[in-house]
Amino acid sequence: MATTPSDVRDATAKYTVEHRTPDAEPPPVVPRRRIGRRLSAGAALLVFALVLRSVIGNDAFQWDVVGQYLTTTAVLQGLLLTLWLTGVVMVLGFLLGTVLAVLRLSDSPVLRTLSWGYVWIFRSTPLLVQLLFWFNIGALYPTLGLGIPYGPELFSIKTVNLLGPTLTAVIGLTLHESAYAAEVVRGGILSVDPGQTEAAQALGLGRLRTLRRIVVPQAMRSIVPTAGNMLIGTLKGTSIVSVLAVHDLLYSVQLVYNQNYLVIPLLLVATLWYVAVTTVLSAAQHYVERYYARGTSRGLPLTPPQGLRIRLTALWALPLGPRSTRPKP
Amino acid sequence: MTAAVRAVTERAAAIEVHGVHKSFGGRRVLDGVSLTVAPGTVTVVLGRSGSGKSTLLRVLNHLEKPEAGHVSVGGELIGVQRHGDRLKELREKAILTQRSRIGFVFQNFNLFPHLTVLDNVAAAPVATGRLPRAQAQALARELLGRVGLGDRTGAYPRQLSGGQQQRVAIARALALRPGVILFDEPTSALDPELVGEVLSVIKDLATGGTTLVIVTHEIGFAREVADEVVFLHEGRVVEQGPPAQVLDHPVHPRTREFLSKVL
Repeated sequence: MATTPSDVRDATAKYTVEHRTPDAEPPPVVPRRRIGRRLSAGAALLVFALVLRSVIGNDAFQWDVVGQYLTTTAVLQGLLLTLWLTGVVMVLGFLLGTVLAVLRLSDSPVLRTLSWGYVWIFRSTPLLVQLLFWFNIGALYPTLGLGIPYGPELFSIKTVNLLGPTLTAVIGLTLHESAYAAEVVRGGILSVDPGQTEAAQALGLGRLRTLRRIVVPQAMRSIVPTAGNMLIGTLKGTSIVSVLAVHDLLYSVQLVYNQNYLVIPLLLVATLWYVAVTTVLSAAQHYVERYYARGTSRGLPLTPPQGLRIRLTALWALPLGPRSTRPKP
Repeated sequence: MTAAVRAVTERAAAIEVHGVHKSFGGRRVLDGVSLTVAPGTVTVVLGRSGSGKSTLLRVLNHLEKPEAGHVSVGGELIGVQRHGDRLKELREKAILTQRSRIGFVFQNFNLFPHLTVLDNVAAAPVATGRLPRAQAQALARELLGRVGLGDRTGAYPRQLSGGQQQRVAIARALALRPGVILFDEPTSALDPELVGEVLSVIKDLATGGTTLVIVTHEIGFAREVADEVVFLHEGRVVEQGPPAQVLDHPVHPRTREFLSKVL
């Protein structure tokens, strides 16, 4: 039977009338039961519990020793040095890296080549080699001086006296870090729509101001996740300076276990601290990302506590949880 | 609103384009374009895509550097300085000052997504040192009110519709009190139902006495507001005159062909 316009109108009218009656509720939508998801969550929790029990219950880990050394002065001082070194290297590395990235993107072929050359050298040699090189710089250049080239020297100092292990570590790590940071920042700047720079130019904004006010804040969205990655990498990467006898976290526990041979528990002490700091940094990264996400969408991403609450709510709805909320068939 | 907008622009400036050449990768985009725009008039530039319309507009505020020829706005050479029989490029800072006297409205708005609508409009007067922050924000509020967005000052650009974003972009261009405003296909990125709100804001500016150069495909709008219509073909001005002449009685076959397709 062909549907005439009057049929349609009748149907609509009927529906509308039906809908208007007060006791006819709109039909509820029951969410799909995600059995697979619940089962896999249960299985994952079970495996996690088993692993946790085996680790905690295994006396070979010597958890009492771990507890004993976790907050000793030597370990805490090592932790402090690791944190300080990470902070300094990260800040200096990114400052230098930003300069390098801007040079690399400049109009001048001279500056572009210089920046490229720097990144090429420092990315193509192992960090350990670079550190050992700086550590032995005294052998290559015994004295550092200030003077007129080919003319009289105004002032000079022995390189060995100038560069202690910690300063060597800072220089070595920073130069290496900046080469990578340069690429991260450059990638971030390139990710910003060129129309932004053009609009800023059309408004009469200078290059530096355009970069600082318009381009970099937008580039931060793609810089932050990679920079967070680098920060965590640097935190653990600073443990390489133990070869220079710098008393960082790892070197501090090494000194202890070289005396008492409690290798495993002391490595666990260092590990627990690295995990703790990394956790804090990851959470902080999330908030920084949230800050730079302003204006990019209609809503902001969830904070970690909000995300956790949603996940816990989902767990609550597992088959093990109360079922009363589910409508009966 | 008309009187209010008139008060916004300092003085309408004349534009003169003289024998401008520009090519990209060996392809000639502008091939000796000369054009005179009287102060306070509205010029609509028409032409097929690839005819050099946008490039011409971008040459006017030195976003593109011409290889030969010169542009002057308000009697001042743009981007260059005369040195005998040659033109030398100006320092960046001088070019930026010149640009700040020429408003530019982009096809894709190019609003700054990380700044609120208010800061988008207030940014340039503050950055160029023309106004202290508080005054720039007051001006921005006033201008946003004029383009009908007085209630959205705290929003971010991506929370607005395309038409609203383009109106913010126009307010942003007005914040520098330019003597000339250039529009590069201001409605081409908009949904059809949003075109009208942007055109009506431009129309208000047109009656307000600012010099406007508009690249557009809206022929009806051109007929309504233009004092002069310029038709570009392959980087040359092939026809120029009042809309009644160019749009209704085109002489050049290319113009006729174009209009028969567009209308």
